[in-house]
Amino acid sequence: MTTIEFFLAGTMSAATVFLLAALGELVAEKSGMLNLGVEGMMAVSAAVGFVVTYETGSHIVGFTVAGISGVLVSLIYAGVAITFLANQVATGLAVGILGLGLSALIGRQHESLTVEAAGGIYIPILSDIPLLGPAFFQHNIVVYLTLAIAVAIGYCLKHTRLGLAIRSVGENPNAAQALGYSVHLIRYGAVAFGGLLAGFAGAYASTIYTPLWADGMIAGRGWIAVALVVFGTWKTGRIILGAYLFGMVSLGELIAQSLGASIPSQLLSSMPYIVTIVVLAIISTNAARLKLHAPFALGESFDGSESK
Amino acid sequence: MSDSSTTPLLSLRKVSKRYPALIANDQIDLDVMPGSIHAVLGENGAGKSTLMKLIYGVIDADGGEFIWDGERVELRNTATARQLGIGMVFQHFSLFETLSVVENISLTISGTRKELAKRVRELGATFHLEVDPEASVHSLSVGERQRVEIIRCLLQDLKLLILDEPTSVLPPQHVRSLFDALRKLQSNGVSILYISHKLEEIRELCDTATILRGGKVTGIVNPNEKTARELATLMIGRNIPQIEARAHKRDTDTPILEITHLNAKNPDPFGTHLSDINLSVYGGEIVGIAGVSGNGQQELARIISGEDLSHRLSDATIKMLDRPAAALSVTDRRNLGFSFVPEERLGRGAIPPMTLSQNTLLTAYEKGLLNNGFIRKDKLAEYASQCIEDFDVRCSGIDANANSLSGGNLQKFIVGRELMLKPKLLFVSQPTWGVDVGAAVAIRQRLLDLRDEGVAILVISEELEELFEICDRLHVIRDGTLSPPLISSKVTPDDIGEYMIGTANSSDNLSPGVKESTYAHQV
Amino acid sequence: MHIKFERRVEYSRKILISVPVITIALSILISSALLLILGKSVPLTMYSFFIAPFESFYSITEIFLKFGPLLLIAQALAIGFRAKVWNIGAEGQMIMGAIAASAVPVYFVDSTSIFLLPAMLVLGAAGGMGWAAIAAFLRTRFNANEILVTLMLTSIALQVLYYLLLGPWKDPQGFNFPQTVLFQDEALFSPLFQATRLNTSVLIPILFTIGAWVFMEKRFGGFKLQVGGLAPNAAIYAGFSAKGAVWRSLLIAGFAAGLAGMSEVAGPIAQLQRSITSGYGYSAIIVAYLGALHPIGIIFAAFFLAVIQIGGDVALVSAGVPISAVHVFQGLLLVFYLATYTFVNYRLRILRPGKSLPVGATS
Repeated sequence: MTTIEFFLAGTMSAATVFLLAALGELVAEKSGMLNLGVEGMMAVSAAVGFVVTYETGSHIVGFTVAGISGVLVSLIYAGVAITFLANQVATGLAVGILGLGLSALIGRQHESLTVEAAGGIYIPILSDIPLLGPAFFQHNIVVYLTLAIAVAIGYCLKHTRLGLAIRSVGENPNAAQALGYSVHLIRYGAVAFGGLLAGFAGAYASTIYTPLWADGMIAGRGWIAVALVVFGTWKTGRIILGAYLFGMVSLGELIAQSLGASIPSQLLSSMPYIVTIVVLAIISTNAARLKLHAPFALGESFDGSESK
Repeated sequence: MSDSSTTPLLSLRKVSKRYPALIANDQIDLDVMPGSIHAVLGENGAGKSTLMKLIYGVIDADGGEFIWDGERVELRNTATARQLGIGMVFQHFSLFETLSVVENISLTISGTRKELAKRVRELGATFHLEVDPEASVHSLSVGERQRVEIIRCLLQDLKLLILDEPTSVLPPQHVRSLFDALRKLQSNGVSILYISHKLEEIRELCDTATILRGGKVTGIVNPNEKTARELATLMIGRNIPQIEARAHKRDTDTPILEITHLNAKNPDPFGTHLSDINLSVYGGEIVGIAGVSGNGQQELARIISGEDLSHRLSDATIKMLDRPAAALSVTDRRNLGFSFVPEERLGRGAIPPMTLSQNTLLTAYEKGLLNNGFIRKDKLAEYASQCIEDFDVRCSGIDANANSLSGGNLQKFIVGRELMLKPKLLFVSQPTWGVDVGAAVAIRQRLLDLRDEGVAILVISEELEELFEICDRLHVIRDGTLSPPLISSKVTPDDIGEYMIGTANSSDNLSPGVKESTYAHQV
Repeated sequence: MHIKFERRVEYSRKILISVPVITIALSILISSALLLILGKSVPLTMYSFFIAPFESFYSITEIFLKFGPLLLIAQALAIGFRAKVWNIGAEGQMIMGAIAASAVPVYFVDSTSIFLLPAMLVLGAAGGMGWAAIAAFLRTRFNANEILVTLMLTSIALQVLYYLLLGPWKDPQGFNFPQTVLFQDEALFSPLFQATRLNTSVLIPILFTIGAWVFMEKRFGGFKLQVGGLAPNAAIYAGFSAKGAVWRSLLIAGFAAGLAGMSEVAGPIAQLQRSITSGYGYSAIIVAYLGALHPIGIIFAAFFLAVIQIGGDVALVSAGVPISAVHVFQGLLLVFYLATYTFVNYRLRILRPGKSLPVGATS
């Protein structure tokens, strides 16, 4: 692989982790649920996905179980924040802390082990094109499925009744309830879907992107996924772009090394975080615009009693 | 099927709903006959809205039974109610701003958007409820939104339509066309439950009225056969107290508040831009701003109060007590002698989970309640007790949490707290929103007394009756622009209505030049 | 049948106090189940966690050694949380405080000046405050969400620490370990007892707690912060500055976290190395909540978490319980606390369906 091929291919692969998690968070936030536990959900399912894949030798089984574990962790958040009406920010943090602890517990006997990376697809002709082939058409199927999911979510939110229902409970839960929608049920569903995608993101990170387990390997990527939803101002297309930008940034360290540049590795490791802060500041400057795009009832508990 | 002429369409038997602090509905009986326009009459806090939400299945009853067309039914959710043929138009509409009219409708009614749009147009033409199905809800006026809600109900097999205070958001002219539409529905066999506290309206429109007071039924009457006074007595249990107003002349030659050429763009595309607002308030007069909600009242209030300083207005745009004030902070304005009572009591005018004595600290902290930054609990208690006593705030004491008070009592507390600051300029937004009649009269009387003492008072209200009762001059706000000042004794509600819907000839009804000293003050 | 929460009108002190008790009980219950799954002895683990830490004087001093930074940071975070300023990056502020304080002994290796320690105190506090100020500036000037910014700043702080330890500040005689020289005694707090690590720095959290109590309960400044958190529109109406609340909350937290970081490098660790924070910045979030964000409650919560952390070390050795179990337990505490706290504001109502004719088969 040439450096350019490696760079393009790596960007696509790295972006998939961010994109899966961010799409799940997008759906949860559209329903009004600010789930800050993404990092924890990803950590648990990365550990589960790795352990299951390692023990069964099957990536499919690993992904499935990881997805389920992501859903289970998200339901802890949903139970406390939806049914028990707890503050969403604090609950997300709690689930994040719990998830990091659980992931260490689950993965403790597999520390530093590796699994075989799942192979890429092969499309006749396309995969053989010089430069473009290795860069874009030899990835694991999950990379393409993720893009398909992104398009499907974008369509669903905009054009289907389910999408309208999700957006309506995120905009005005009182009105949605008055129309006969179960606000709690829809929010549970949206959060669980977010958990599923975060679960896949974790499994992708630990069994395909870097097929090894190390405690703390999610390394803030869940948080960047949360930031991506803001960067994309709750729009699917922009979130895809953002995920690819961060995929690129997170490769900086490897690229610089391969080019032999003499930049301190710590600075390069910090780049995703620095870029997150800078982009966040730029996007957020226009507070009114941000507020306009954000789901109106984002972060508010709904106790069904209306303001009385 | 039952005999439709003698069996009520809907009967309620001993229906109750308890909240932790109060019994909202206490053993309510109600019979709505087929094809009837049935009023539920009661003052704020009587339990009307709660009752309607029980019928529509938004909230669950604690006891009692519902009988629909002769059969007992359980109204657990709104889907059940809609299946029976019940539709409801809420006081605060249940529409989603970011969606179009058909998208909103498709949330509850199945069918393709094309079909739905067609039916919206058809129904609109039949019942004089025209609305563009493709329009975004945020671009619609309040009246149009109401039409969307009614059409949405009509798209199902509608037998009973519930309307919660439908005219409170309409200019007088639009009330008539709403009534026409309702009568047309009635002639098509739809029963209507009409919630209101406006006596004349009910006498004009309804054939039966069930009257609620304190969560209980106090009468079932034919409103046409009763005088407004009789209805009022049933509604509040005594005669409506009258306020005392004396003729009064304005006390100052220069305005205490003067706003000139105020323009403010709203960054929120759903909000209203204010353009070329001109307004002055003199000492010893009450100036009112009328208008249908959502026409820029909130934006204007935040700018006058100093809560919104984001517009970088030039200094001279707002003058308070002879000082350029556009750039002054809330605190600076308060120190000049300005006080403000906002329309939201809980969460803005008061901190809900804090005690009344803590709530005095919100604006009165410079009245000796602090000692080098330390809170003086004894002074706090003194201040709060005096406020409770002087303004007849009914509560368990200074340690009662703000959210434990009724709307009327909390409003009296907030007004009291602000009046104790001895303002020279007082600004009150929606002085009696959701407040019971007794408290409303007390608050209006206070404002008049204060005017007589020479205070300049600005009032924003959606209740025209209230404005006519207390104001010397009136403006109407519409789409972010303010009408010229009108002398309230020389205009009628219909004149104001013309300004609300934008059909007024602006050269009529102008109040005399502000310098004119023969300006008549009558209420 | 379904369950519904209804807002309470009257708050009950009894419920408020029973919340942490129930939280701890539930967390122990679930943890016990986890231990059974892991095949560990529950009684032995419980003994290790809750009794063993009190069995020796040394162990008790170790509890207080952990109690200090937890208390200090949690008090500061609670002030911010009550103002709804979500500073999640105390960990990073602590690292920067430790780094800034360490600059003194690193650059004045041979100094025996009595000003070493005071200089470290000042720099430690400044380091934490400076790092927190970045978040405050970005929030007030650019409206950037402080949760994400403080978290990202923590990751960056860690990289700054690694850079210094692997590069300019590495101990030349340290066999290439990523750590600085051991600090001279003049740069360290003096021990309180012979042969223990507990030192005079424990006074800082105690003084800070008194200050936090006075500020939140007696001062108008504390009242203003609380109003901003409880009812932001009321704060705007009253004219309390929202930006001021952000700056205050973050600077107070940076100050406390910076001092906590300084106390570690000038105390038990006596040098700058990779693991100076022991996760105090995150644990303090749990302490703050478990103490109901109240200065007095936080004292008990900090002590409880300090015991668990010492107990976790004991359990690792005696019962073979992995150290990550302590993190799981802390996570459970916060989850259960948030769920049970609901009962302070709400009461549970169980609604039973009445017997009635079903209406309409399907929708």
